[in-house]
Amino acid sequence: MTITSIPAPAQRPAAAPANIAELGLRESATFDRATIADIQRAAATGVYDIRGWGAKRKVPHFDDLLFLGASMSRYPLEGYREKCDTDVVLGDRHASRPLHLQTPVTIAGMSFGALSANAKEALGRGASEVGTSTTTGDGGMTPEERGQSKHLVYQYLPSRYGMNPDDLRKADAIEIVLGQGAKPGGGGMLLGQKITERVAGMRTLPVGIDQRSASRHPDWTGPDDLEIKIGELREITGWKTPIYVKIGASRPYYDTALAVKSGADVVVVDGMQGGTAATQQVFIENVGIPTLAAIPQAVQALQELGVHRKVQLIVSGGIRTGADVAKAMALGADAVAIGTAALIALGDNDPRYAAEYAGLGSAAGFYDDFQDGRDPAGITTQDPELSSRLDPVAAGKRLANYLRVLTMEAQTIARACGKSHLHNLEPEDLVALTIEASAMARVPLAGTSWIPGVQGSF
Amino acid sequence: MVTLTAPEALETAATAEAPTVVDLADAPVRGLNQDLHHAVDGQSWTVTHPGGKHSLAVGINADVNVTIEGHAGYYAAGMHQKGTVTVNGNAGVGLAENIMSGTVHVTGDASQSAAATGHGGLVVIDGNAGARCGISMKGVDIVVGGNIGHMSAFMAQAGRLVVCGDAGDALGDSIYEARIYVKGTVASLGADCIEKPLRDEHLAELAELLSTAGRTDNPADFKRYGSARNLYHFHVDNSTAY
Amino acid sequence: MCGIAALQLRNPSLHPRMGSLLSSMLCQIVDRGPDSAGLAVYNTPGLVSPGTSTLSLLGKDQGITTADITSGVAALLPADAAAAVRVVGDTTLVSAAVGTDLLAKAVTETVPGATIIGRGEHVAVMKSVGHPMEIAAEHGLEAMAGSQGLSHTRMATESAVTAGGSHPFSVADDLCLVHNGSFSNHATVRRELKREGVVFDSENDTEVGARYVASRLKQGDTLEEALVNLGKVLDGFYTLVVTTADSMAVVRDPIACKPAIIAETDDYVAMASEYRALAALPGIDNARIFEPEPGKVYTWSL
Repeated sequence: MTITSIPAPAQRPAAAPANIAELGLRESATFDRATIADIQRAAATGVYDIRGWGAKRKVPHFDDLLFLGASMSRYPLEGYREKCDTDVVLGDRHASRPLHLQTPVTIAGMSFGALSANAKEALGRGASEVGTSTTTGDGGMTPEERGQSKHLVYQYLPSRYGMNPDDLRKADAIEIVLGQGAKPGGGGMLLGQKITERVAGMRTLPVGIDQRSASRHPDWTGPDDLEIKIGELREITGWKTPIYVKIGASRPYYDTALAVKSGADVVVVDGMQGGTAATQQVFIENVGIPTLAAIPQAVQALQELGVHRKVQLIVSGGIRTGADVAKAMALGADAVAIGTAALIALGDNDPRYAAEYAGLGSAAGFYDDFQDGRDPAGITTQDPELSSRLDPVAAGKRLANYLRVLTMEAQTIARACGKSHLHNLEPEDLVALTIEASAMARVPLAGTSWIPGVQGSF
Repeated sequence: MVTLTAPEALETAATAEAPTVVDLADAPVRGLNQDLHHAVDGQSWTVTHPGGKHSLAVGINADVNVTIEGHAGYYAAGMHQKGTVTVNGNAGVGLAENIMSGTVHVTGDASQSAAATGHGGLVVIDGNAGARCGISMKGVDIVVGGNIGHMSAFMAQAGRLVVCGDAGDALGDSIYEARIYVKGTVASLGADCIEKPLRDEHLAELAELLSTAGRTDNPADFKRYGSARNLYHFHVDNSTAY
Repeated sequence: MCGIAALQLRNPSLHPRMGSLLSSMLCQIVDRGPDSAGLAVYNTPGLVSPGTSTLSLLGKDQGITTADITSGVAALLPADAAAAVRVVGDTTLVSAAVGTDLLAKAVTETVPGATIIGRGEHVAVMKSVGHPMEIAAEHGLEAMAGSQGLSHTRMATESAVTAGGSHPFSVADDLCLVHNGSFSNHATVRRELKREGVVFDSENDTEVGARYVASRLKQGDTLEEALVNLGKVLDGFYTLVVTTADSMAVVRDPIACKPAIIAETDDYVAMASEYRALAALPGIDNARIFEPEPGKVYTWSL
């Protein structure tokens, strides 16, 4: 969990007794064991903790919402027979060549550098097999991913590592990244272990250095200048390529409205559970808002501007199941993006590497040291031996399977709600289990007509 | 012997040599860029009444010659790849941003973020350049006849920035492997940027850059700046620099 | 998040052209802020007159007739105050030969719902929601003469798209302030000013900047000092233009990301967000054109 490894203690301390309570020991809720370990680690190294993944703390999420299936007042569709479409068109507001995807589950931006070439290829293969898009990251476009991706979204980031007009013209969409949910307002980071010769070459950096990337774009700041920047990208790509604007969720109501005013075709909102390859833990856990809270704000902005479903909304950050997909869409998203879940589908945190995770001081299900480049699953690494463990064809197949499951699960729910297309799900199909989720998602607490902060009463 | 096709052929040849004139007072920028994207090597354009419009001559990918007679707005010659774009006037924010190769020449001043993230090619600014000149440059060569603003060559990765006037505050902050030559004063150096000895190989490359940019400054009058490389690896002792 | 155009005319022979010049500048920055717009013009005959205070009220429909406003205000002022009301485009101007405080009191009493968006002997302020060029046309900017002019087009960031949220903010006599950018600690400064008794009209961050400058000027700062102090107190990104009866000032925050370009000749000083707004000014080819340095206050006085 650290960027500067702590020397292993000569002797491991004795294991804690089986039943701590029997000894009358009381753990502090404020200073729990993880917190104590964090303080000890900071004191030993003098450097903040850096890790991958998104927020690990528990926040109100899609789990706190339930669908109201049809019964008497509404009629369900027959599963497997009556059609429930899942396709989505992204970017037809200004672009003459919008994306037409077969499933609304897309793959979020992850860089070659953060991920191995095999992992990138696998993402492209899996996404293409089910007719969805995959996305580059901070570091440019590799021929492998362009080759394997039917629909490839090219990220336009503050660092502009590997940015070039040839790849720009090869892209099926351009995603201007202002931020990501794990770190709204923060720049990128890639530690020396992963700056191999190829990665360094693509990014024009010395091999092996700890790379920082900027938090602001170098040649524009704010929506008035972004509008001009979008104009330039459209001119270069002949107004063919859809332009997305991606924001980390913090003030999504304003940011979505401003993205629209700046001329975006698609707005991507990434909640705080959205992953990162390497960021300060304090940033991941304490900046940004949950995905659940972000969606209604973004949708409200789109509706007020009269562009809901015309400027498409892609939501990411903690999408795991078809239910999550359906809930995000019911709240008003046009599509979702998955990152962490896609890596897990490829083989990340697989229990078959349990022994190796233990050797790294972690465990399957807990491993988040993506910055170290020692991923036993060969995904978040540039080490040739480790990378070679990931078979891009097999991993791509696993991802395609997973994407199909997400789609079918979402369809199952949509049919039960009487919808012949996923995008006909609506907030009125949902209720909340908790007051927090009800207030954030702006759907009533189950069994009531009450939405805290909006209207109604018990 | 005169053939029927001769006059036509002559006319074609003449057209190829004479620049196509686009008057932006009554033609859209879209049309200009569209024509430039379908250009073939050797063609020339003269753009009149640019009026500070944005995204002029962006994404050029053929060996053409474009002259803009007047002031350009944001992102003039953005992502330039081949040929030459000359602005006979001032250029707005992000001149030749992310330039890959070829040449962009501004006879007046350039606003902030000139040649930002440029990967290659040459950007010559006869006048002054604003803040963040050469920010995140990745291989481009920049020659500025006048002064440059603050935070220039921030996170500059590769390439060379030559300044014949003065440099503003925080020059070369968090610089990687780019090389900076300044003839005048430097208001202040950014984190991890230091003065370095001007050796023969530097004098030689500087002489070549100045001469390519059509300048007569004496290379020996310049000082060289580059990375101390102390921030290349996270270290607790540098915590105040992050 | 906006477009700014400002013009100070040094050569009186250009005064008759103030409106048409400002209008040509405005039309080039419209893209930067299509939501709403505001204008401030100084010493414009027909709108203001020497020795008279003028208040600019938001909106033309004040719920009562102009005659009723005139008589209501006149009744509350000395007999020789010669109160007059005039509707210009979407703005109501109330003038009288008394101090602005007294006039403001009379106006607030007569038209309790009115928002005062401009005040002073020399300035008239006009704001509205909609396309900036339409707003300029409705107010007849093109034909206006004057010594200085300031225009602003707004792309609303965090506060609502309303005329009241448009710039300029004119919160002290003849003082106007416009802003491109966004302050990051305006809520704190607003709380401090409120504690000192300052009253706010909007939730806009720029109003905080304007109220802060007004407060400093009241405490004896020069315009330049007030803006230097603003730089110490207000955090974030800004390009500001501030005008007074006879001065114009420009300042950018120390990081200076938001654009600003200045053109200076013997005849005028012009500032705009982008060069294209300056391109049509007379003698621009021989003007001294430069971008203001970060954190440096520039002032010009007539």
